[in-house]
Amino acid sequence: MPVDVGALSQAEPVDRLGGPMVPTRYEVVSRHQETADSVTLALMPVDAPIADPTPGQFTMLYTFGVGEIPISVSGCPQREGALLHTIRGVGATSRALCALEPGAVVGVRGPFGVGWDVSAAEGSDVLIVAGGIGLAPLRPVIREVLTHRDRFGRVAILIGARTPGELLYTEQIAQWRSVPDVHVDVTVDAATRGWSGNVGLITMLLDPLPVTATAASVFLCGPEVMIRVTSRNLVDAGTDPDRIFVSLERNMHCAIRQCGHCQLGPLFVCADGPVVTWTAAGPLLAVRRW
Amino acid sequence: MNTITIRDLLAEQAVLHDLPAADLDLIAGCARNQYFTPGAFLAREDTDANQFFVIREGKVALEMHSPTGSLLMETLGRGELVGWSWLFEPYRWVFDVEVVAPTRAIVIDSACLRDKCDADAEFGYRLMKRFARVIADRLQTTRVRLLDLYGGGNAR
Repeated sequence: MPVDVGALSQAEPVDRLGGPMVPTRYEVVSRHQETADSVTLALMPVDAPIADPTPGQFTMLYTFGVGEIPISVSGCPQREGALLHTIRGVGATSRALCALEPGAVVGVRGPFGVGWDVSAAEGSDVLIVAGGIGLAPLRPVIREVLTHRDRFGRVAILIGARTPGELLYTEQIAQWRSVPDVHVDVTVDAATRGWSGNVGLITMLLDPLPVTATAASVFLCGPEVMIRVTSRNLVDAGTDPDRIFVSLERNMHCAIRQCGHCQLGPLFVCADGPVVTWTAAGPLLAVRRW
Repeated sequence: MNTITIRDLLAEQAVLHDLPAADLDLIAGCARNQYFTPGAFLAREDTDANQFFVIREGKVALEMHSPTGSLLMETLGRGELVGWSWLFEPYRWVFDVEVVAPTRAIVIDSACLRDKCDADAEFGYRLMKRFARVIADRLQTTRVRLLDLYGGGNAR
């Protein structure tokens, strides 16, 4: 989504005064309604900007007077001209963020965490599997891979959503489909007549697998159950669990490895993740109750 | 010139490919290859389940009709087996199966195959295990879909 950055682009990054817990002011410069309950906000710094995020990292977005939540970066300013976040309104803070209009000011902390190592996939097949709002943190990966298409082997993008109406980035999905030599497939859990795509669980898109299982790097984000069933299917098909990268969602609060809200076993997901390999995540997600 | 037989096509299908050669021969004796255009129906709800299908290419939709129009439940594509109503009395389809993309399918005469299963119980058992696996997989994915995975999330 190109954004008119205007005068706001002139600010230079500086060391954060007050440390990583102090938010920086950003202005909402555009708002795009993605679905009935999801919007993409483009943000530009009012003060000095935060450091450039990498795909897969997240920021803490603060709606003044309401609260602060972790939101994955869905577009990096160095690529998109603004900091993009796609937010689904499911709670008080996320709904307040979704309701913001251009001109509103929010607080931003970050970027935090470990993102997707796209360069590690160079030379291999790439399989990107996204479920629901999980497509948001994978959008920068898709952009990166398609920008440098010649660096990768076969490329497949598989997307699952609840219904056709809850599918994110429909215009971009159409663009991705038009890229030669890229396999894009979508399935929804439920649809009415008129939907010409697939209906069924996202694992249906893995059979037959559109990449070579043993030669693939996988980027996977979505609900935890989806991550589990998809990763297990891929490992059964021969994919190296060290090459399956999953993004974990946990209840990040401080985002700096202090409060422990996001702990998953030995991992502080805010700092050791959110992106980890299936080798690391698999045993932790198999624990029935922490 | 090599001629591709219906048995060759059966052997290419993941659901059947590792059956013994004699089993594939038995199935091939009840099978034919057919092309279907979008809008055609492979099956209609509450009609006799005289055949079932293995999709070679294309896509079909499982539907149930209602007064306000058909309800779309699931789509099935390449390599999928369509139909198990022929296995159980009263041998009637439970759902509509509509072709939604140009489709090539292996069509198998169900009465013919049932007779062969009855005549050779070991063959029938091997075949039933394949069908049971498909039914179990569909049940499991349906259960996961019932969880409404994409509807939840961190409610902050």
